[in-house]
Formats: sequence, structure tokens, C-alpha cells
Amino acid sequence: MHAHITRFGPLLFIVLAAVLPLAFASGYQLFQLTLVVAYALSVLGLNLVTGYNGQVSLGHGAFYAVGAYVTAIMMDRWDVPYWATLPVSAVVCAVFGFLLGMPALRLGGVYLALTTFALAVAVPQLLKYKLIDGWTGGVQGITIIKPDAPYDLPLTSDQWVYLFSLAVGVLMFALASNLVHGRIGRAMVAIRDQPIAAEAMGIDIARFKTLTFATSAMFTGIGGSLAAIAVQFVSPDSFTVALSVTFFVGMVIGGAASIWGAVFGALFIEFVPNIADHLSKAAPGAIYGVILIAFMFLAPGGIASLLRRWFARLAVK
Amino acid sequence: MDTENFLLQVKSLHAGYGPTRVLHGLDFGVVRGGVTALLGANGAGKTTTLRAISGMVRISGEILFDGTPISGLATEAIAARGVAHVPDGRGTFMELSVEENLRLGAYTKRGDPRPDMERMFGYFPKLKQRFRQQAGTLSGGEQQMLAIARALMLHPRLLLLDEPSFGLAPLIVREIFAIMRQIIAAEGTSILVVEQNASLALAIAERAYLLETGRIVMSGLAADIRKDEAVRRSYLGY
Repeated sequence: MHAHITRFGPLLFIVLAAVLPLAFASGYQLFQLTLVVAYALSVLGLNLVTGYNGQVSLGHGAFYAVGAYVTAIMMDRWDVPYWATLPVSAVVCAVFGFLLGMPALRLGGVYLALTTFALAVAVPQLLKYKLIDGWTGGVQGITIIKPDAPYDLPLTSDQWVYLFSLAVGVLMFALASNLVHGRIGRAMVAIRDQPIAAEAMGIDIARFKTLTFATSAMFTGIGGSLAAIAVQFVSPDSFTVALSVTFFVGMVIGGAASIWGAVFGALFIEFVPNIADHLSKAAPGAIYGVILIAFMFLAPGGIASLLRRWFARLAVK
Repeated sequence: MDTENFLLQVKSLHAGYGPTRVLHGLDFGVVRGGVTALLGANGAGKTTTLRAISGMVRISGEILFDGTPISGLATEAIAARGVAHVPDGRGTFMELSVEENLRLGAYTKRGDPRPDMERMFGYFPKLKQRFRQQAGTLSGGEQQMLAIARALMLHPRLLLLDEPSFGLAPLIVREIFAIMRQIIAAEGTSILVVEQNASLALAIAERAYLLETGRIVMSGLAADIRKDEAVRRSYLGY
């Protein structure tokens, strides 16, 4: 039973995620689901560095912003097709993450958290900076045009963007899954749990942490790129500190150090604020807070670990 | 102390953490193809000595591994030269399986780690039974075996063991020490073991050094130290 779930579960999930929304979801719902994919990639990126490698980042919104701007600028200034911006965004974010990671990762624990937090605070203002506003559009931001489905496919623009994002998401998740379940993933966990032993086994910790940080920034940046395409707009104020904290919430609620956790976390951060809004127009924040705390009690270790326990129990029966 | 008899030679080793000095000029050597024991009470500087050898703390002084200086090298570079370190608390990766722990041990080694795993199961048959089990579910003795096996995956020439007896029943410790003897015989490994449990360590070691607040206060053949009146009273408890 359990073996079947782990083998066919992902495949079934992908098929359902591709087919059901096309059949039933409205344009706005498709847009929401596209954002879920973007968030899932971002949370996955954060999960790699924080969940698996134990380096707390409170600034991943910055990489999301960089990814979104790379896509928007390329589409707006140079008429680059949306899909071609993704590899560029990936490289730019990875390099950005690498350069930032090199000095920042010398600081451990809470100091790294603060450094990355500072980054998240600084980025919205840097994006408004005069010298680059010819590219970034300053406070106004950049408006881009939503891509249509190619080859005269009978799909609306929303449907196409969702499918495209889903395909990118599946590819990146497969990549991450291979990464964490292999040699590199074991080393990531080793450095998190037993840094001294990891070092004594010959793992170059500083280099490894920096590379993990860069990879993490790349995932989150691609998430930002997909969001920019879906929202058709980027502006500095879409990428405040709150966004970084939201990713962190998504990672913890979904399940740290779990690939699937990123999907659940993304669903949470996209839909739970809406639900809270429906329940109380006056104090959605308070409702959101209560739901958050309820999740911590009901699913300590995250939604992914709760489901894992349920499946394990099913397998025993 | 000469390179011919000693795989590792340590000369006037000073080390500490920040402003706190822990080691005040140690001189000792690790016997080639044998067990050398570093004894002492809590806080004597035993763990720091091992960390100093592995390049995990700042040091002054000289450390020669097979005649070549290794002081100042990064920990991973020292490991690559053949120094394996089973740290304080064993460093078991609790969430990973026994197999994954062993694979991690061979992280820097190219090629298939399975023959080396089989070699380890020869010494530690219990690990084979627990192959797919999470390391955190192993007993203390099995975890210690796993830690040693993990360190041996790289075919080290020198194995540093930090309190292998910690928290284990005497019977299990005796079993582990007996296996260590087999390993030395089969692989030519040299072992430096740090222990609070002096009687056990002296029983298997060729040479021993007694550490007190960062200084070596006694050194010699383990057999001689075992007979020493003062040591017997303070450390062996009879």
C-alpha cells in the first residue's frame, strides 16, 4: 500500500493537477493556482537551504523579487519570450545567491537569519533606486503582457500560463527530489545535524553551504519569474519583508525538509488568508493567526509529516 | 619520538577556544598499527586534543602525520589524508538509515561504496541486520559501531575515537574494543582513543598518556601505567 502511494501518488497528483483545473476552474482560480505553483517553487527553494541544510533564511523574498524583475525586464525591454527568461532568471538568482551566501554563511544560526532579513528589507527600496529605474520602472514597476497559448491550442491565456507553470514546477520538483534523495541531499542533512562529523568525513562545509544557498536562490527566483508572468506586473511594493516571512510560514506549515511540504505550504499561504478574509472582514489577521496556531498543534512537523504518518498507518492495516 | 614508530607526532601543542586556553603544550605520539590511549577526567582537554588534530580548533605547535605537517590544514583536507574522526557524541545521523550513514562516510570517495559496506558488515554483523533501519532507532552500542564503521569507510590510516564507551554497558564496550583489535590487525589502522574509562582503555592500548588540565602528566607503556600506584588510585578506582 505504502509503496504504491509513494510510486504512483506523484504521478496521479500531476495528472489531476493538470486536468481538473482545466475542466472546472475559472480564470481567477487558474490564476490562484498558478501562484500556488510559483509559491511552491519558492518555498521549495527555502526548504532546501533551511529545512535540509539548516541555514535559516528570512530573506528569500529578495530572490523571488530578483527572479520576477529579470523576467519582467527582459520581456518589457527586449521583447524576450516569457519562457526564455526562465533560464536567465535561474542563472542570475543562483549567482546572486552564491555571492550573498559566501559572506553570509560564515554567520550561523540567528545571525544568518538577521542578515537575510536585512536583505529582504533592503530589496524593495533598492528596486526603486534612481540609477536603475530606466530598467525597473522605479515605483511604478513594469507591466507585461500575458502570453497566449502557442500553436493555436484551444486554451485560454490563463489555462496556458497555468499549464506552463505546472510543467516548469514539475520539472523543478523532480530535480529537487533527485537532489535531496541522493548523495548531495545526504550531505546537506549531515551538515545540518552533525557539522563536526560532516567536516571530519571530508565534506567542505563552507563551499557546500554556499552552493546550497545558490541552488535555493535559483528555485525561489524561478518561482518569482512564474509569478511575474501570471500577475503581468511587478513593482517594488509587491516584494516586502512580509513575503519572505510568508515563505517561511509556508515552509514550516508544509513541512520542513520535505519536498511535498513545499506544495502544501504553498496551498496554505495562497488560500488560508482568503479563508480568513471570508470568516471575518474585521480581523482577518486574527483568524489567520488562530488557523496558524491550530496547524502547529494538529500537524507538528508540518502537513507533509502528518500525511506521512497517516499513510504509514494505512500501510500497516 | 620518531616517524618510524609513530604515525602521528604532536609537538608542544597549544589550543583553545577564543581567549580560553585548554591545551598547554602537549607532546605525544600515536603508535603505528596500534592503539594509543589518551586518558583523563572531564575537562582535561581530551576532546580538544582530537579536535586540534582534525583542524577544528586554532592551534600552535606542530602536528606531523606520517612525517608531514598537517597543522593549519582545513578539516576536510586532513580527512582526505587519511585521518578519520568519530566525534564526541558519535555524530550519528539519526534521521538517516544505517545505509545512508555508511554512504555518507564514503562521501568524498568516488566509486561504488558497497564493497566497503560489506567489509564493515564483516566487522559489525549487527549493522547488516539493521541496514535499512533509521540510525536513531539503534541501541547505543550499535550506534557506536555505526559511527566507527562510517569512519572506516574511507580506509583511514588514523582513527580518532572520542569516548567510545560513553553511555554504554561494559560488556558492549569490551565487544567494541575487541572488534577494534581485529580492525587493526586486518587493515593496519592506527587508533588514538580518548577515554574516561581508564581501565578499559589501558587493557587494549599499547601506549597511554594521562592528561590533567591541558598537560600530560604521565606517559608510557599502557602496561606500566596500569601498574602505577597513583593512577590506580585516582583513575582505576581500586
